[in-house]
Amino acid sequence: SRGGLSRRESEEAASFYPSRMIGRVADLKVDVPVAFVYPDPGSPAVLLRLGHPVLRGAGPGRDIVAFSTLCPHKGYPLGFCAADRSLVCPGHFSRFDCELGGQQIWGHATQNLAQIKLAVDDEGAISAVSIDELIYGRLHNVLRG
Amino acid sequence: MTYKRHVDRLPIPPASARVESVVCHYCIVGCGYKAISWPLDQQGGVLPDQNIFNADLRLQQPSDSPAWFAPSMYNIVRRDGEDRHLVIMPDSDCTVNAGLASTRGARMAENSFSERTGTQRQRLTTPMVRRYGEMSPTSWEEALWLTAEVTRRVIAEQGEDGLIVSAYDHGGAGGGYENNWAIGKLYFESMKVRNIRIHNRPAYNSEVHATRDMGVAELNNCYEDAQLADTILAVGTNALETQTNYFLNHWVPNLRGATLDHKRATLPGEPHAAARVILVDPRRTVTVDACAAAGGSDAVLHLAINSGTDLILLNALMTEVAARGWVDDAFIGQSTSGYAEMLAANRVSIEEAARATGLDPAAIRKAATWLAEPKQGHRRRAMFAYEKGLIWGNDNYRTNAALVNLALATGNIGRPGGGCVRMGGHQEGYVRPSDSHVGRPARYVDELLLSGGGGVHHIWGCDHYKTTLNAGAFRRAYRQRTAMVREAMDDAPTGDREALADAILVAIRSGGLFAVDVDIVPSQIGRDAHVLLPAATAGEMNLTSMNGERRMRITERYMDPPGTARPDCLIVAGLARALGEAWRRAGRADVAAHFAGFDWHSEEDAFMDGYHRHAAGGEFVTYDRLRAMGTNGFQEPATGFEKGRIVGTKRLYADGKFATENGRAKFLPTPWRGLSVPGKAAQQRRYRFLINNGRANAVWQSAYLDQYNAFVSSRVPLAFIELNPDDMAALGVGPGDLVEISNDSGRTQAMAYPCPTARRNQAFMLFGAPAGPQGNLVSAGVNELVIPNYKQCWGDIRKIADAPEVTRRLSFKAPSIGVF
Repeated sequence: SRGGLSRRESEEAASFYPSRMIGRVADLKVDVPVAFVYPDPGSPAVLLRLGHPVLRGAGPGRDIVAFSTLCPHKGYPLGFCAADRSLVCPGHFSRFDCELGGQQIWGHATQNLAQIKLAVDDEGAISAVSIDELIYGRLHNVLRG
Repeated sequence: MTYKRHVDRLPIPPASARVESVVCHYCIVGCGYKAISWPLDQQGGVLPDQNIFNADLRLQQPSDSPAWFAPSMYNIVRRDGEDRHLVIMPDSDCTVNAGLASTRGARMAENSFSERTGTQRQRLTTPMVRRYGEMSPTSWEEALWLTAEVTRRVIAEQGEDGLIVSAYDHGGAGGGYENNWAIGKLYFESMKVRNIRIHNRPAYNSEVHATRDMGVAELNNCYEDAQLADTILAVGTNALETQTNYFLNHWVPNLRGATLDHKRATLPGEPHAAARVILVDPRRTVTVDACAAAGGSDAVLHLAINSGTDLILLNALMTEVAARGWVDDAFIGQSTSGYAEMLAANRVSIEEAARATGLDPAAIRKAATWLAEPKQGHRRRAMFAYEKGLIWGNDNYRTNAALVNLALATGNIGRPGGGCVRMGGHQEGYVRPSDSHVGRPARYVDELLLSGGGGVHHIWGCDHYKTTLNAGAFRRAYRQRTAMVREAMDDAPTGDREALADAILVAIRSGGLFAVDVDIVPSQIGRDAHVLLPAATAGEMNLTSMNGERRMRITERYMDPPGTARPDCLIVAGLARALGEAWRRAGRADVAAHFAGFDWHSEEDAFMDGYHRHAAGGEFVTYDRLRAMGTNGFQEPATGFEKGRIVGTKRLYADGKFATENGRAKFLPTPWRGLSVPGKAAQQRRYRFLINNGRANAVWQSAYLDQYNAFVSSRVPLAFIELNPDDMAALGVGPGDLVEISNDSGRTQAMAYPCPTARRNQAFMLFGAPAGPQGNLVSAGVNELVIPNYKQCWGDIRKIADAPEVTRRLSFKAPSIGVF
């Protein structure tokens, strides 16, 4: 209204990833997925605590990870398979390894699964801060108006 | 290692971007793609009128969106000398794939040559000739002069048998109608070369002789038939990994019951249900699991036979179906011959087949029921599909025939929901002058090379070192022979061409071999060549091919070839002119005259000379007409041109007339005779592990491009060998550890990959890998028509070393988790 961009508008115009709190370490149970959205409501994601240190794991146990749940093949919703800690596509059978940064175990995508970088503060608050691959269904991870 | 591109935004194609038709140049399915390109200094915007998709890109796009492309689908390439943005993305309007992209085809852009982004920089860009011990860049003129002069001299001394040729014969990237015609015209018309072999096998022969002898071409149905079938019998084909989008877009919907409305509308008056599928494969592949996930376990019958026993199983099914009266008597009477003789010769009890195959007799009976038991008085519609498990398997000819016997007897060829088809590897694109002078059986050319035959070797897009049998022995002999010429060239006076040719011929007379390799990349066999000629691939030239349902399309030229690389057909034309000049210099104008007729200036000229003039229905087909038909093209053969469209043929033999002299399909007697290739049975007894082998989803063919693709090479850095975890424990081998596999034919290496569904003592190894060719282990034995038997291979396994850095941090989880 004063002619300038709001902070949010300014960040998004520059494609800055927003920092958004998505949970607390104390609330996470091992192998129980928690759904959230990031960087905006159009982009579903999952927060996981795996119970042992993993590649790019966050938190005191280096065991907390988060991934986009849109399959990078055709955008179908991935489901968590606790049996071997993978994210599985119901449409075309692709599988991604939650313990190895979203590495495609087998499948049709041409990229490993987008992992969401997490920051954990001293109080145990978990924030999503950026993404390491393009999310299905958008040509810019941070959509711009 | 988990490779990330860290690309989180891509350029937006503007509304003004150029769009051209592309057919994936990898597997036979030939999925439709679009090449979208635009100038480097332009970008589209997020508003619908600002981008080619007419989509609001401020919003998240839904699943199956036609307005999204992955980073691997983008590159910057040169076209007409200018750098351009390029997107190659799946075409939602193509009936083959309906917008699906495979993990191979979706990397076509990323696997293109780009000086700007550095992708595929290993591509050959200039002719090279061996000089002073190293390969040295040179002109096309010099490279072709030397090739032609040495070839002419060898022929003058040894006759045309002194020239040995290795050539592809398929469609897609390394072939197509243009290039196959050109190679055929040179070697079969200008010359009558008999020592020629194909692509992945040691002779010039069909992989499916039997079906052709029976009057049934191997690609006789359409992909829609997989949507209409009541039952699909899949023998030795792992379709989810090797014909991915055919399987996902046509088989899976039928298993899920999603094609029921289509069935009712297309085939009224008979009951319909979701498909059932019978899979014959020693291995529980991802295809088996996916079928179960799509159709439920009750709709899937996996017949995990003992390796190499397909034939007796098929004969038992034939016997059972006939005994139950489930054959199509009217069809047999009207359209076939030899049924009674076949049935008598092939009769075998289910119990005997069960003993040989290791199956439960009840499972074989169940398969017969699923295949042919009438459905409420109506004939059951069964589709028969097969590929390398049968083609590279035991007793290829008879097993192929036994499957066609079954399909014919049940009346399933030429009818909706039927067909007896190979699933295919590459696309096809074969029109050549007659090859009848080659003879049958054709010559075992790799043995000839290995034993010192011939003096000059022309190689067109083949790499024996990775894709032949007895590969280790072949490689060592080939290196020795080509080294003799290499040493001769090292000290030869290159500036005096005649003297250089003299020196080469001296080495050839002593058993040396002069090798000319035409390829798009430096191949392994090419390292031992003396001349390298750089070729263009699909998209760098206009290229036509057909897919597994004979669907012919054009891939339009959307970028320049690297450097001075040329389409193969124009390399052939240049070589033909050089050969004509060489013979003229030698005072043989009569021979030189044979090399006329290559005055082509473009690939379109080769197409018009070849396909247009010589293919059945070719007179209706031109580049302009194909461009207008887009990624859906037409199904061969063309039968006319009406209202601006080429009219094609949906199914072959729909009229009950087959490709024999009397129009009747021939049944063939195919009694079971165990492992047919000499030495295989002894090998099976002697070694512990079956070394089954084949392809994997992630890697295209011999990895000739994928070995330089970061996404693929990070996931499959070495050939893998799947082993039962208990076998791994017994061998003291962990995931990613290096193992040596050896037998009486040779040895190779792989990284161990645990596979819980693998049976004990049954390993499965990636075929054709660069650093661990499985062909090293395959004995030199072939069938009576010189078809190799890659599949039946046994060996021992031992550990070489702990997992090296490249195989650490790989996921060794199972490719599928069973029924989802």
